Order: sequence, then structure tokens, then C-alpha cells
Amino acid sequence: MPEREQKHKSTSTKRETEEEADEHSASTASGEKLKAELDDILDEIDEVLEENAEEFVRSYVQKGGQ
Amino acid sequence: MAIAKVCGIETEYGIHSNNEHDNPVSLSSLLVNSYVADLERAGWDFENENPANDARGFSATNGQPPQIETHLVNAVLTNGARYYVDHAHPELSTPECANPLELVLYDKAGEEILRRSATSANKYLGTESTVTVIKNNSDGKGNSYGCHENYLMDREVPFSRIAKQVITHFITRIIMVGAGKVGSEITGDSHTVPFQVSQRGEFFEEEIGLETTLKRPIVNTRDEPHADPARFRRLHVIVGDANMSEVSTFLKVGTTALVLAMIEDNWLDNADMMFANPVHAMHQVSQDVELCTVLDLANGKTATALQLQWKIFELASNYAKQNGLPALGDEEVGKMLMERWESTLESLESDPMSLANQLDWVAKYRLLQAYIDRHGISWADPKLRAIDIQYHDINPEKSLYRRVGMERLLDDDDINKAVVMPPRDTRAFFRGMCLARFSKEIVSANWDSLVFDLKDGPLKRVPMMDPLKGTADHVDALIQNCRDAADLLNGLGA
Repeated sequence: MPEREQKHKSTSTKRETEEEADEHSASTASGEKLKAELDDILDEIDEVLEENAEEFVRSYVQKGGQ
Repeated sequence: MAIAKVCGIETEYGIHSNNEHDNPVSLSSLLVNSYVADLERAGWDFENENPANDARGFSATNGQPPQIETHLVNAVLTNGARYYVDHAHPELSTPECANPLELVLYDKAGEEILRRSATSANKYLGTESTVTVIKNNSDGKGNSYGCHENYLMDREVPFSRIAKQVITHFITRIIMVGAGKVGSEITGDSHTVPFQVSQRGEFFEEEIGLETTLKRPIVNTRDEPHADPARFRRLHVIVGDANMSEVSTFLKVGTTALVLAMIEDNWLDNADMMFANPVHAMHQVSQDVELCTVLDLANGKTATALQLQWKIFELASNYAKQNGLPALGDEEVGKMLMERWESTLESLESDPMSLANQLDWVAKYRLLQAYIDRHGISWADPKLRAIDIQYHDINPEKSLYRRVGMERLLDDDDINKAVVMPPRDTRAFFRGMCLARFSKEIVSANWDSLVFDLKDGPLKRVPMMDPLKGTADHVDALIQNCRDAADLLNGLGA
């Protein structure tokens, strides 16, 4: 491997070790926040998704493109 | 020294009607014509306004529509863009932009133009049908349509060098700028390939060539500079996906412009980054959601796409330190690009899903995965394809892209202004402002010329062979101070 890549790899490994403890305690909270956000998004998607998804997908045909 | 990377994007939009009797060619024409007709009705008339200060573009008086060329449904707009029907798709080419962030703005302004077109077309269609406009590159059935980028290059640089050196970036940039897609249309089924990073990747079959519809090549050889052919080349890039994410478009155009500047300056020493089989590598990268596939290089070694992107970034970073970033048109934008490029690679290395609010493919992948988890369905469920397509719906009421919390680089007010006003730092300024003020006298508008008919005497052609001439600095005062088109042409010495 060329030097540059090793540098990046080692930097990120070092950073991970240093911050692991902090990240671990924060990750549960932020993970839950993220999940709640995603839940909201999924609720909304169920509302706006094309009613007949199967028919929509079947009839979406695009010929003559570059 | 590399020349400024003036750039533009042409997007072929997908269209869908809920009425199976509708024909895509007439729907495409309807979209373009509806937009132009709306401008007429709104009274497009800048003559009593100061176009540089008034970005609305609409007034209550009767005015003239923007210039329409003699071909049916082919409009050149006052923002310098071209809007037309290409086969069975509406296509919008942005005006020439002087820096990558400005191009993101005009790409989004193009979306807004299509959105307004669809609103207007649907009013016309009434209850008969509803047309939906989709900004993606694949119908999921083996048909692809393009989102092409264009970059101004110095004619002196041998094309063979450009083609050879740019390929690695074209293939590996996918991990940042792919738009994501459910399944595969060419190389597998939803079981073997549930999701791909790129929409377009699997449609490429050749390394270098002229085609754009069959046997698509990674490097397209079309040589149509739309500028002085002795000085310029326009590199026509057909490998990219149409992005919804502003960050993705910025990275796509910015990193490519910079890599091309490096090639021009003979700085991209990447002989050790050539692929053993570029077409195969492209398909592999497109299918590699985990970003861990080891790709075979021509020198017998191997590397992942991410490792190669890091190497290109490091070279670019050294290049920027030595040469600055004048080729990107704006030092601040250049700085912003380098920071974003580096942070994106860092995140792809440590936690790709942390980019779910920045990159299209990550946003889409996370969304699909969450949908699968919630409903306990498989990757083969047609609902997933519907989500995939609807991510790219440009109607805000339908668009899933608009619902996943994506980071913005632009302001909606600026996008609305860019729908009518041209960029200030390229020849698009002259084209757009002339169309806004003198559309009655302009009989033809092209990328590299405007033709005026002053009624008394022969047609007068104003060539625009240098994309960096005709900017606001050059012609704004002249255009504002002239009484009419004759006055303008006198001022230009035409």
C-alpha cells in the first residue's frame, strides 16, 4: 500500500481509539434520535408513496435515452 | 496553466403519465411548450425594467416570449439555458457556469423549470392524465437516459492523455456521487444485486468511444466544442448519474473539474492507478455498497475505489497547494470543495451511513433498508422500486428526496432567480440578457452565437467563440445603456 493510504488508515484508527469511550456513551442517545427521525420519515413515505406502486413501477418505461 | 473549467450539465428527464394512451414524445413537447407559453402569458418583457436589478422575470404587460429557434420545441431561455425535446425526453442544458457551485445552482434551476412545466402541462391535461417528471437515469427495465457533464479543456492537451488519466476518477468517484438504484438491469437480479451505488454504472460497455445510446463508453469522444475549435475542447462526460443532492452534484462537478485541470497541467501522475479492466471495475464499484471490493489494477496490484479516491485527493491537495485553484473559477468555492471532498472520504471510510443526509446513494440506501425492516419485505418487493423512482420525483408533494433531511448548499431564492437570470461570469450572461431585452430582434440563439435581424439590412451574427467573453464585466453596462438592438450592435462594433 502506498504511504498516503496507510497514513489515513492509521489516523482514523487512532482517532477511533481516543474517542471510543465518548462515542460509546453518546451513540445510544444519537442512535435513538436518528431512529425516531427515520420513523417519522417512514410514516410520511407511507402517506406519499404512489398508491398503486406495482402498476406505477410497471408502467414507468423510458425509451430513446442517451 | 490549466484553463478555467467552465462547465455545464445536460439532463434528460424521465416522464410518466397515468394515462397509457399518452405518447412520451408529445408529452415532452407539451412540457416545453407549456413552459414557454406560460412565459408569454405572463408577459415576458424586460424592456421597461432593469434586468440586472429585477430578478422576477415577469411583468403584467404584454411582452415577447423568449427566443424560440426554428426547430419545433427548442427554447433558449433568458437564464442562458436551452430547453428542448430529445427523442422521447424533455432535456435541459444549463448555461455555461464559471464554477462548480454555480453549476449546482443552475442544475437546480433546471429542475425548477421542469417543475413549473409539469404544473402548467397538468393544468392543460386536466382530468385526462397527470404527467410526472423524474430526474433519474434508469427505468429499471434496461433503458437508461443521461445526465451529461461538459467541461472546457485546452485544445493543446492531447485527447489520449485526458482519456487515459481521467478514467480512474470516473470510475471511483461513483462512491461519492452515485444516485443509488434498486437491483440490476443487466448483470443480475434483486437477489444477487439488491442495490447499486450508481444508476448508470452497469450501462457502460466500452472504455472509449463516440456512442451515447448503445455500447456506451466510459470516455466519450464527441468533439463538438461550441467554441473556438483551435483553442478549446468540450469534454462531454456521460458516465454520471443525475443527482438530487446538492452535495453530490457539487462533488461530482467540482472533483472532476479539478482532476481535468490537473491533467491539463500534467500533474495527475496516476500511471499506478490504471485498471486492468475499466469496464469491469466500473460494474464492480457500482455494486459495492460495502465499499470493500478489491479492484485489479493494470500493474498487477489491487486497490479499493476508496483507496484510489484518497490517492487522487492527495494529488489534488498537493496540486492546490502549488497552483491554487483558479481553474475552479473561485478560490472560496475551491476551498469548500477540497474540505468537502476530504470529509466525504473520511466518512466513507469510518461510517458511510453518516452521509445519509449528504449523498444520494447513501440516503436512498438507508431509507430502503429502514422500509424493509419496518415492513418485513424483501429487496425484490416492487414497493422498493417505487421508492427508488419517487426519490427522484421533482414534484415537492411527491419527492422522497425532499423528505429525508438532505443538507442544502443553496437558497431557494437564489434558485428562483437563476430560473430567469443568467450566470454573470460566462458568455451565458450576454446570451441571456440579449434574449431578455431583444428577443424580437433575435432570430437564432446558439451556444456560440446570436443572430440579430434589425429589419433594415442583412442579418447580423454576433459570434461568442470564447465562453469567458460576454460576461457581466464585459457587457452589462453596454446592454443596460443601449436603447435598442441596433444600438447594442453598434456598441459591439458588429
